Amino acid sequence: MQLVLRPPALVALVLIALGGAIALAARPEARPPSAPRTAAAAFQDVARVLRHPRCMNCHPSGDRPHVGDDVRVHAMNVQRGPEGQGRVGQRCATCHRTENNDDARVPGAPHWHLAPRSMGWEGLDDHDLAEALKDPERNGGRSLADLRAHMAEDPLVLWGWEPGVGRAPVPVSHEAFVRSLDAWIEAGAPTPGPGTVSTF
Amino acid sequence: MSAPNTPTRTTRRGFLKAGASAGGGLLVAFSLGRTLSARPAASAAFEPNAFLRITADGAIRFYAKHDEMGQGIHTGLAIAVAEELEVDVSEIEVLPAPASPAFANLAFGVQGTGGSTSTWSSFDQMRLAGATARAMLIAAAAARWGVKPVECSARNGTVRSPDGSRSATYGALAEDAALVIVPEDVALKDRADFTRIGRPTPRVDSPAKVRGEALFSYDQRRPGMLTAMVERAPTFGGRVESFDGSAAEAVPGVVRVVQVPSGVAVIATGFWAAKKGREALQVAWNEGPGAHVDTASMRREFTKLAQRSGLVVRSDGDAASAFEGADQVLEALYEVPYMAHAPMEPLSCMVELKPDGGAHIVTGSQFLGVDHGAAAAVLGVEPERITFENSYLGGGFGRRASPVADFTVEAIQVAQAAPDLEAPIKTVWTREDDLKGGWYRPMWMNGMRAALKDGELVGWHHRIVGQSIATGTAFEGAMVRNGVDSTSVEGAADMPHGVPNLQVELTTTNNGVPVQWWRSVGHSNTAVAKECFLDECATALGKDGYAFRRDLLGGHPRLLAVLDRAAAESGWGTPLPPGVGRGISVHESFKGFSAHVVEASVVDGRPKVHRVVCAIDCGLVVNPDQVKAQMQGAAIFALSSGMAEITLTRGRVDQSNFDDFPLMRMHESPDVEVHLVDTGGEMGGIGEVGVPGVLPALCAALFEVTGERVRRFPFGDVAG
Amino acid sequence: MTIETTINGVARRIESTPDTPLLWVLRDELGLSGTKFGCGRALCGACTVHVDDQPVRACAYPVRFAAGKRVRTIESIEESTVGKAVVEAWVEEEVVQCGWCQPGQCMSAAALLSEIPAPTDDDIDAAMSGNLCRCGTYVRIRKAIHAAAKGLEGNEGGEGR
Repeated sequence: MQLVLRPPALVALVLIALGGAIALAARPEARPPSAPRTAAAAFQDVARVLRHPRCMNCHPSGDRPHVGDDVRVHAMNVQRGPEGQGRVGQRCATCHRTENNDDARVPGAPHWHLAPRSMGWEGLDDHDLAEALKDPERNGGRSLADLRAHMAEDPLVLWGWEPGVGRAPVPVSHEAFVRSLDAWIEAGAPTPGPGTVSTF
Repeated sequence: MSAPNTPTRTTRRGFLKAGASAGGGLLVAFSLGRTLSARPAASAAFEPNAFLRITADGAIRFYAKHDEMGQGIHTGLAIAVAEELEVDVSEIEVLPAPASPAFANLAFGVQGTGGSTSTWSSFDQMRLAGATARAMLIAAAAARWGVKPVECSARNGTVRSPDGSRSATYGALAEDAALVIVPEDVALKDRADFTRIGRPTPRVDSPAKVRGEALFSYDQRRPGMLTAMVERAPTFGGRVESFDGSAAEAVPGVVRVVQVPSGVAVIATGFWAAKKGREALQVAWNEGPGAHVDTASMRREFTKLAQRSGLVVRSDGDAASAFEGADQVLEALYEVPYMAHAPMEPLSCMVELKPDGGAHIVTGSQFLGVDHGAAAAVLGVEPERITFENSYLGGGFGRRASPVADFTVEAIQVAQAAPDLEAPIKTVWTREDDLKGGWYRPMWMNGMRAALKDGELVGWHHRIVGQSIATGTAFEGAMVRNGVDSTSVEGAADMPHGVPNLQVELTTTNNGVPVQWWRSVGHSNTAVAKECFLDECATALGKDGYAFRRDLLGGHPRLLAVLDRAAAESGWGTPLPPGVGRGISVHESFKGFSAHVVEASVVDGRPKVHRVVCAIDCGLVVNPDQVKAQMQGAAIFALSSGMAEITLTRGRVDQSNFDDFPLMRMHESPDVEVHLVDTGGEMGGIGEVGVPGVLPALCAALFEVTGERVRRFPFGDVAG
Repeated sequence: MTIETTINGVARRIESTPDTPLLWVLRDELGLSGTKFGCGRALCGACTVHVDDQPVRACAYPVRFAAGKRVRTIESIEESTVGKAVVEAWVEEEVVQCGWCQPGQCMSAAALLSEIPAPTDDDIDAAMSGNLCRCGTYVRIRKAIHAAAKGLEGNEGGEGR
């Protein structure tokens, strides 16, 4: 059980948010005609995914994770704890393993834990969300390239597309998400204007 | 376990004759003879009655006739015995009684634990059992020493001669005492002489339970034992149309797949194989009429029925005229949902068929008396061929008191379906089986009307709509009279408040959903409706909830005593922090009297209970700390019933586990203070008495905060 | 498959299907029935055991994860100073009612006290809210944890926890 949050774990939290972008970057010719035409549209696609319960449930702005497609407060008084791993006696690993347990309907993935408070996205519009993602003070000190290097590989990110029984996966393919992310980054990761909250 | 299986009225030949003196003391005529040594070795143990067995090594075994499901009754019964036997409870080994008419609940006539009857119905019987044993031990000692029994004394497991020069332990006297004729009548101690009853006594079962050593039904293992799990119909009353067990039988560890009346059973080497096997079953069901049950439409139907006349259960004065002449008429519908007992230990029952057609059954039951008869019927043998071992019960709350022995019968049917396996088969339930399996507290609707005139409550009309628990069971004859199930109307038909014009009506519905007594039974509905609606009346009359109830309960000193005590201890009338409200209730149930004050607020749209103050009068208290424990637990149990419900959609139960059937948890749990009140009244119930008044007191507290009434449970979002 | 693990200090080789929950290996294979079953979905905490000193819900813990780890169950709780204090406090405070949930409660409490020797009520709420008790013994569980903490104070500087 991981008691101390190490930097890779911090990065992983961002990965949950961003998904994998590396695949497209490596194979630009794979971009299909349906790819978003503008950076703004691309970021909207990204933001929709980030606001999906699979991502958002563990990116709360407060101290309680959420669960389920209907975004309920996690039962059992489960809390963030000092390292995003829960509190003594009820750390994440009390119930969650490194993979889904469909018998018990308990989701799991490697280094399962809660995103740091600085990565809490609840209540952010697209503008604030983009700023939060790009700000090294809030994203774990990573450049976009650093983040992208992990995105396509981190199993905790990929979990959102294979969340186990009883939970809807993110409704666009991981590949499509990556395309949108890459398009946004390639365009210089522009921050959209305020007021928009993109959701599925 | 070598417990007596038949009522023991010891009739051994003996040389000592005991009888009661005119003054209630014990007179023992005795003579010693040479045949003392001719007694068969097998009777070396002293068994004065079905409850006690004292052996030469000094071991004292006590067979507790009531089932230990958390209420501390093993300890309570042992205290009553120990008081008269003159030993410490710690010296007694308490064992669960097997099935036998000797252990019949004196309130029911059959062996069973429920209705908060155990302490009051068995108190004198247990004392007599202890006193009789003591008298016989003294008689044996007196005979040995050639002195008068009345001059001997017994204390701390030892009999002493009149001058104190000689003494003998109970163990040393056991063989002789076994020859003493059981006295017909023995004087019991005066209350003033009690040294154990009424003082806090440690629970006899705690250490083993904390260390995980105590055996519950689910923990039972036997060499070669198999584990079975039953796939039951998705609808109540549904039947197997056809099934394919081949995939299930291919699961490693699955031994056999068999059809039983309730569904299809997978028999395997252990729990996990049985569960995986059951998941692989293919079953086609004939869902039957149960597929049409829908709680949403039931609510609409109940609402209509609550507008129509029902069977009049009680009618005082002239309710109709009172309502016609009222200054103001209040009306409200109160409703409670189907509720599962959800004991933490799911159900299980192990059956070992015997070559003679009988069986040995190990279970965790509140109703061995009913189970025994039902087992005999299913097996087609006389009851004497069936032996029962009862384990500790991991919670009961009424679920394990099945009036039709449902889980026992099913476990027997599983064993009967695979007799060639020649193995003990333990049929186990999962949590999903438990919550979806029926036998719920009924869903009830209450149509309430009150007539107010000249600042007083002058008319009360309570119309109850819901299913009958006892109808169709062996208890129908005793509990259903003129179409009225007493459990449906208890707490309403016996409303003690001084309302001059009062009418109570009942409309009994039926839809095939199996229902059963759930801790506090009908009171869990009627007290909620009655106390909540009384609070509405108090508000309409501009009266304080406490003072209003006081005025209505003149002539009921026990209710007033607990009401006053709860009010005083809670600081009724003193200021509370902003956003915190306080509510009060008082109710009689199961011969016990309780009052509650609840302090609560609203946090994030949900009720937050800060404090519960409870006062209870159950008469003479045997183990005060355990009465407090029961009241604390009852408050949490009641509060949980405001958080969860069982609903059905197209005949299917919507809930499955503790995620969608939530129970109160540590962080939600309030402090619960308990105050014992003794008005000198007769002994009454405890375990259920603490449940009915909690939700209404909470509702009154929330009304203080929100100005809105909660009339339906579980609580939805509450206005903050 | 064969899983090598240590249970209550004893090295064990377990033959099991890898997805079988640890709970059923303990109860059905090893006869350690002190660890209880209440929900099968990590919702009630009755099956709480320690794996490498951390509490886990054995009903949702596939046994293959226990390979190479140290498993402790209620049967050996008193081998630690903290566990002993928990058991004593539970008995002293008369926590138990039906008792089915209490081994799991004790294992959670021992895990809490091992890391936080003097827990606040808030610490208790955070650590213990995964353990359901249908009898409603929460008031006394809280009291017992505080009592155990007080009992452990005297042990500081002793043989350790």
